[in-house]
Amino acid sequence: MTEEGSGKEQSVEMELGEAAVIKLPRSTSLARADGLLVRLRPFYEGVIHFALFICASISVLVTVGIVIILLYESVQFFFDVSIIEFLTGTRWTPLLKPQHFGILPLMCGTMLVAAGSAIVAVPIGLGTAIYLSEYASPRFRDIVKPFLEILAGIPSVVYGYLAIVTVSPIIRYLFPSAGVFNAASACIVVGIMILPMIISLSEDILQSVPLSLRGAAFALGANKFEVTVRVVVPAALSGIIASFLLAISRAIGETMAVTLAAGATPKLTLNPLESIQTMTAYIVQVSQGDTPTGTVEYRTIFAVGLMLFITTMVMNVIAQYILSRVGEQYE
Amino acid sequence: MSTKLDIYTAKRRGRITNLLFTSVCFLATVTCVIVLFILIWNIILQGKSWLSWDFVDSFPSRFPHKAGIKSALYGSIWLIGLTALFSVPLGVGAAVYLEEYAPKSRWRKLIQLNISNLAGVPSIVYGILGLALFVRALALERSVLSGALTLTLVVLPIIILASQEALRSVPDSIRRSAYALGATRWQTVWYQVLPASLPGIMTGVILALSRALGEAAPLIVVGAMAYVPFVPERLSDEFTSLPIQIFNWTSRPQEDFHHLAAAGILVLLIVLVSMNAIAIFVRHKYGKKIRW
Amino acid sequence: MASTPLVKKMIQPSDKATSGFSKAPIVRPSIPSGKRMRTADELAQATEKISVRDMSFYYSENRALTDISLSIPECCVTAFIGPSGCGKSTFLRCFNRMNDMIEGTRVEGEILLEGQEIYSSRTDIVTLRKRIGMVFQKSTPFPKSIFDNVSFGPKIAGIRKKKDLYEIVERSLQRSALWDEVKDRLNESALNLSGGQQQRLCIARALANDPDILLMDEPASALDPASTARIEDLIFELKEQYTIVIVTHNMQQAARVSDQAAFFYQGVLVESGATEALFTNPQKQQTEDYITGRFG
Repeated sequence: MTEEGSGKEQSVEMELGEAAVIKLPRSTSLARADGLLVRLRPFYEGVIHFALFICASISVLVTVGIVIILLYESVQFFFDVSIIEFLTGTRWTPLLKPQHFGILPLMCGTMLVAAGSAIVAVPIGLGTAIYLSEYASPRFRDIVKPFLEILAGIPSVVYGYLAIVTVSPIIRYLFPSAGVFNAASACIVVGIMILPMIISLSEDILQSVPLSLRGAAFALGANKFEVTVRVVVPAALSGIIASFLLAISRAIGETMAVTLAAGATPKLTLNPLESIQTMTAYIVQVSQGDTPTGTVEYRTIFAVGLMLFITTMVMNVIAQYILSRVGEQYE
Repeated sequence: MSTKLDIYTAKRRGRITNLLFTSVCFLATVTCVIVLFILIWNIILQGKSWLSWDFVDSFPSRFPHKAGIKSALYGSIWLIGLTALFSVPLGVGAAVYLEEYAPKSRWRKLIQLNISNLAGVPSIVYGILGLALFVRALALERSVLSGALTLTLVVLPIIILASQEALRSVPDSIRRSAYALGATRWQTVWYQVLPASLPGIMTGVILALSRALGEAAPLIVVGAMAYVPFVPERLSDEFTSLPIQIFNWTSRPQEDFHHLAAAGILVLLIVLVSMNAIAIFVRHKYGKKIRW
Repeated sequence: MASTPLVKKMIQPSDKATSGFSKAPIVRPSIPSGKRMRTADELAQATEKISVRDMSFYYSENRALTDISLSIPECCVTAFIGPSGCGKSTFLRCFNRMNDMIEGTRVEGEILLEGQEIYSSRTDIVTLRKRIGMVFQKSTPFPKSIFDNVSFGPKIAGIRKKKDLYEIVERSLQRSALWDEVKDRLNESALNLSGGQQQRLCIARALANDPDILLMDEPASALDPASTARIEDLIFELKEQYTIVIVTHNMQQAARVSDQAAFFYQGVLVESGATEALFTNPQKQQTEDYITGRFG
């Protein structure tokens, strides 16, 4: 059989005027037999498979690591500080005597910044998303989008700088009662930071509303405004809310800008002109100092980190859930 | 004719609302762009006269006029280099596993969900993990290695998600053809799928690394120093980085240090913009050639 | 309209099934006379290359192919015909185990390649696929140069020397009748080729592996008539050296290129035999109905 095959081949080669014929290593058997490389193949394919599996598993290990470390240190923290005091106390002074471990001021500061940045970012972000998705010409979109990408790429510490050097003086000019460090300047810069996120996510959602829905509304004699506000936005509403959630979760986890702009005085206040402290800023404050390992003060960062992790995780999971349902809706 | 609606006359109802709404949305869009210009203009105005070769080539100092970013710049280069070294093989490997190897099981779904959620975890939480794991448990201390490993954790989800996207955009026909030619799974991935998805992966990697370059919070938690008057030479050396230096100068009350910070930001932004320019270049040059 | 000679030639009186449907002209695929087609006797004498015995194929619980037995002779063209969804492509993919990639598929019965069980646990899929090349419906060049496309198979088989690879590439491209068109631009991207050229490149790519069998899954269905004709000519030349199995839903094409034809309907092999016999004198009513264009 093999001889017959090669005989045929040679005749063809002669027709083509070829001199030598390179033969592929070839077996007439189907079983794995020939060559060391071939015999080793299942082995090295298996090794590669395993290595890649390890790469993918690392992400799970990271999550497990975060949870274990935060829980482990927090549990030790709660041996020293009652969990009730931690969750309900209204004073947070772990680094001063007398020590108080009530996280509410930090939570309040974090929520103040999150809410304030949402007030800044949501209207502008939604308006921009609607304009880009529904009104803008493709050319205009192509021009604006890179700017938004740049805005998204500016590091957080730069926003912190701008809050102190640019935004804070303006706020103090408008409201003389405001301090150098105030929540309002943090709100504004964090709002700008999360803008690109709201815009790109909401725009994707708006674009995913089927054209047929718009067409149907236009066919009923609705004008552009009515189609957008009464049909497109309501259809995309859950997705838009998910994008807000993701952006606000980002604002909660935002660190450098808030640390620089909002100050370091944990306070239970809703006045944006006062200096406050967020959970993230507190972690930075402790990390910068020389707090000895194993002390209660040191463990506070894990307890605060745990609160931060839980808050952002819950918001992210809800947003992901909404988004996954939106994805199914139009499939 | 007159009894019926005339199609040539526009209906009045809602015309003004329509116009108003359009203008408001347009204004919102323009605001975003204007804000960006104001921000950048401000920084240039504050920092440009302080930006000089001496600034780039000097160590930090208590005296603003002598201070520079040499150690910060070198620190950042070390960090980014090491982070790329760790995160790219891990991230691309994980993406390849999820897209090319993993059977469609609950385990895969779990990993996927986990990665999407990790992308939303605040970077400072990774700092806490890095502090407990690398600095304390593995006793790497406040070293440039600890910093890079922590940054690796921060950017890993970004690289995985971007690479997955790129791998998914390679049509299945490519895989089928390679298999039909007797290629093994790994040969298919290595010789065909990965090269075809390289532009997308590169773009994702560059964006992730520029995120790492601007990141300060997790590094502060793992113990980056504010004052480092030397260039790191070993993995175990202490380090600082551009964003940390900027943070440090910004948090000082003196005006001169703010100018230094602005100059530092300019250097940081120049590096970031060049990295992004490379990403855009790669996307356009190699992205367009392949049409399926 | 029916007066043009071309159409007239295609309309032939039917022996069977005239009553009731006789108003519509019955079109029977014509068998080309110029080209050399293997006769039934030759088919019977040819060595059996692949032998399928009582094979059934399942997508998880659904049976897609039922109890198929078929013999595929060496150095002949075997065509699988049938309406879309009849399982002919699935059957084709069983030969090089491409169905293995789909989760939950299962094969019962046996497929033998020169007496060796294809679905045996000892079978190495890689070796199998090197011996049984495949060309897909849509041309699928890799987004690389023409040279890299053709040399991919030999390269992963362990041939590294540029000179050797070049020879294989040249030989393969010559056999697939593409050499003269591309010899000056081997380093250009394969995506710049036309559709027909891309498909011949895919054939060359399969030939570079030096297979004995070439599977073709509707290789010309996405091509214009001129390119289709070139592919068909090529198939005619290739069958001197290779055993070719082709899936097509174009019966004219099956009649033009194949020596043996097998008609599938709803996962069942209804009828198989020498092409000439099957098309002129089918034994089963379903076959008759299909090839005369009454359904499918």
